[in-house]
Amino acid sequence: MTAHHLVARRFISDHAKSLIDNAVKQNALVVFMKGTPDEPMCGFSRAVIQILQMHGVDEITGVDCLQDPEVREGIKEYTDWPTIPQVYVKGEFIGGCDVMVQMHQSGELHELLVKEKLLDEETNPEPEK
Amino acid sequence: MSSQSLRVAGPIEKLIEERISKELVPTSLKIINESHMHRHHAPMQGVESTETHFRVKVVSENSAGKSMIKRHRLIYGLLANEMKAENGIHALALETKTPAEAEKTQTKQ
Repeated sequence: MTAHHLVARRFISDHAKSLIDNAVKQNALVVFMKGTPDEPMCGFSRAVIQILQMHGVDEITGVDCLQDPEVREGIKEYTDWPTIPQVYVKGEFIGGCDVMVQMHQSGELHELLVKEKLLDEETNPEPEK
Repeated sequence: MSSQSLRVAGPIEKLIEERISKELVPTSLKIINESHMHRHHAPMQGVESTETHFRVKVVSENSAGKSMIKRHRLIYGLLANEMKAENGIHALALETKTPAEAEKTQTKQ
């Protein structure tokens, strides 16, 4: 392996940082993923979308990280988290697929979505696990 | 489950085991290579390695008092270089429990 393969990108580009910043700040919920909420391109991204939909979140804002390699690497630096998908709620990083699955099972996800008014509790009771 | 004859752990799998064992001194550690499940996905086109996707289930007292994200960050930190490298680890699915949490899940079933 030549030296240049080992050097990780250390500085997120301005373009990527502002794109990510805006997405995180302007949306109550945003999923940095592979593919789109309608057409996820990886099993982990699909799982996150399905869980959110199961909980009653109909409109999911997604950022397709496959479209821009700067965003794909940028989000990993921005969050200091090495994998995609990444879920942000009200500007805060919630976790990736594993965390979403476990929060779904523990009931924490339903609580969070209700608390942040991302779903109407009356029409969306906690789904079966 | 596909039929597989004796499976030998590759270098990356061995590395994962070594580092997690050393840092977390787990009571239980299972590493599953799921690379074959992702081989045909679009993002994996052109990638040669057979050690790209792993699922790790670890039970360790070290996880006590840590939020899930903190537990995961710790493990990701142990493998940071391998996850950044071009031909390295693309995905690491983690399940982190304390011995008490693991027992609770068992008795539920």
